Amino acid sequence: MTRRFSKTPTVDRRRFLTRALQATGFLLLAGCDSLSRSDWFPQLLGKTENASEKVQRLLSPRQAMAKEFTPDDLSPVFPANGTSNPESEAYQALAKNGFADWKLEIGGLVHDPASFSLDELRAFPSRTQITRHDCVEGWSAIAKWKGARLSALLERVRPLPSARYVVFHCADPDEDGQPYYESIDFEDAHHPQTILAYEINDTALPIQHGAPIRLRVERQLGYKQAKYLMQIELVESVESIAGGRGGYWEDRGYEWYAGI
Amino acid sequence: MHVYRHTWPVRLGHWLNLLCLFVLIMSGLQIFNAHPALYWGDRSDRDRPFLSMRAVITESGERRGITTVWGHPFDTTGVLGYSSGMRRGFPSWATLPGPQWLAMGRRWHLFFAWIFVVNGLLFWLYALFSRHFWKDLVPKWNDLRHIGRDLWRHLTFHHPTGEEARHYNVMQKMAYTGIVFGIGPLIVLTGLSMSPAFDAAFPWLPDLFGGRQSARTVHFLACFAFVGFAVVHLVMVATTGLVNNLRSMVTGWFVIEQGGGTDDAQVFQDPNG
Ligand code: HEM
Repeated sequence: MTRRFSKTPTVDRRRFLTRALQATGFLLLAGCDSLSRSDWFPQLLGKTENASEKVQRLLSPRQAMAKEFTPDDLSPVFPANGTSNPESEAYQALAKNGFADWKLEIGGLVHDPASFSLDELRAFPSRTQITRHDCVEGWSAIAKWKGARLSALLERVRPLPSARYVVFHCADPDEDGQPYYESIDFEDAHHPQTILAYEINDTALPIQHGAPIRLRVERQLGYKQAKYLMQIELVESVESIAGGRGGYWEDRGYEWYAGI
Repeated sequence: MHVYRHTWPVRLGHWLNLLCLFVLIMSGLQIFNAHPALYWGDRSDRDRPFLSMRAVITESGERRGITTVWGHPFDTTGVLGYSSGMRRGFPSWATLPGPQWLAMGRRWHLFFAWIFVVNGLLFWLYALFSRHFWKDLVPKWNDLRHIGRDLWRHLTFHHPTGEEARHYNVMQKMAYTGIVFGIGPLIVLTGLSMSPAFDAAFPWLPDLFGGRQSARTVHFLACFAFVGFAVVHLVMVATTGLVNNLRSMVTGWFVIEQGGGTDDAQVFQDPNG
């Protein structure tokens, strides 16, 4: 005789316990997800990001240099993330011409607004560095970058005393037409490793990596390394720009200081 | 016989830690899903992952989830790589939040990382100053001598009674010290190694683990050491008197059964018990 149809009390109890556990788990997860969608909870979670930023600034001197690697460490392939070819007609026209007509405008809170061609940028004091690029998604890649020091450009345009942030406006709008932008503060802008890169691994920056120039602000995550720079603006506050959080991904919930 | 087993700082810290681990593990898996592959070294060469979870389309047009470990592929459809009709590393029931949402996962993770660290440091201080550490947690020579016997008793589910049950046994001591002073600090240090800002100030930190991507891999493995610990811990809690164990971690009081029949268990009768 099999006892296929009779349930023993332990089986019942076990089934009850499993169901109870599943139900609890489900409620917990649903609860967490609705917290994530609330207004107040993510803000509360965000509070410790200020603490993280302060502690990092305390422990990690602002002049600390990102580790530099050797040519042996270069990634065989440097992945191109985000936009790999901006669709706008204006950009495509510049690209067709090898960026001969491209000019980088620097304005906002400066004494001497200016614009520089690619050749003029190449004439600025430069820096070459082999650094690790850490994407917020979790991957890392190592490349050699050469570019004009941002500090040298700023010296040329002479910021006004009220200027506190350097904002980078880019050529790549997303599908909804929202343009990419980023911002850094003056300390990061004057860091020796902060450059406007026009070369990767000894060749002119290709389109997929942000031609004609991209920002390199080492010691921060990948989304700060804005590609396809068109215009640099010095401002007192980033609040009036786009979502007001200082960058395209920052407006979508990522941290501005991008240190971890 | 009742004994007062856990002081209130230990109890509070314990439940706070449970909450932190629950959130950190699940939000960690959410973060992992943004790039569901692990590597060794400083870079992540996409063609050389040490572990990866991918969705592939078979010749018949079917989607399968494939997890590859050291070049060995396993079909993990429904759980890893492909689940509920979506391409994703871990399934949505294992991640926080459930849907793919990296920015929110990072918020949860980095918030609870703070609580985990502060709670852990307070526990360290408490354990060192109250002598809880030396008295109850560190395995002594006398414990280690009997490790074979204790291991056997453990595996055969013969649990100590009487006076012996007052103290952690050697397996518990090794597990608890290993987690509190080994895996715990390891997961914090590997977490910090993944910070480019931190690495600029302490370049030796990621190097200690063999590079940033190795640190990420060790972070992931340490997470599963926590999961493994939790599973064994729960089985032990459930099989050695669930109610009694839970009560002792809530109220502090633990009931000791007197050694039935075995004469080596000396019984100290609590006058109030
Ligand atoms: C101070 C403590 C911690 C810090 C600072 C920290 C930090 C981080 C960071 C920055 C990441 C992102 C890695 C990436 O970009 O892919 C991460 C991922 C992760 N964390 Fe943590 N974490 C901490 C504690 C924990 C704990 C206690 C657990 C679980 C027991 C955990 C589990 C995970 C998992 C599973 C991932 C995703 C897999 C990986 O990238 O390794 N973390 N953590």
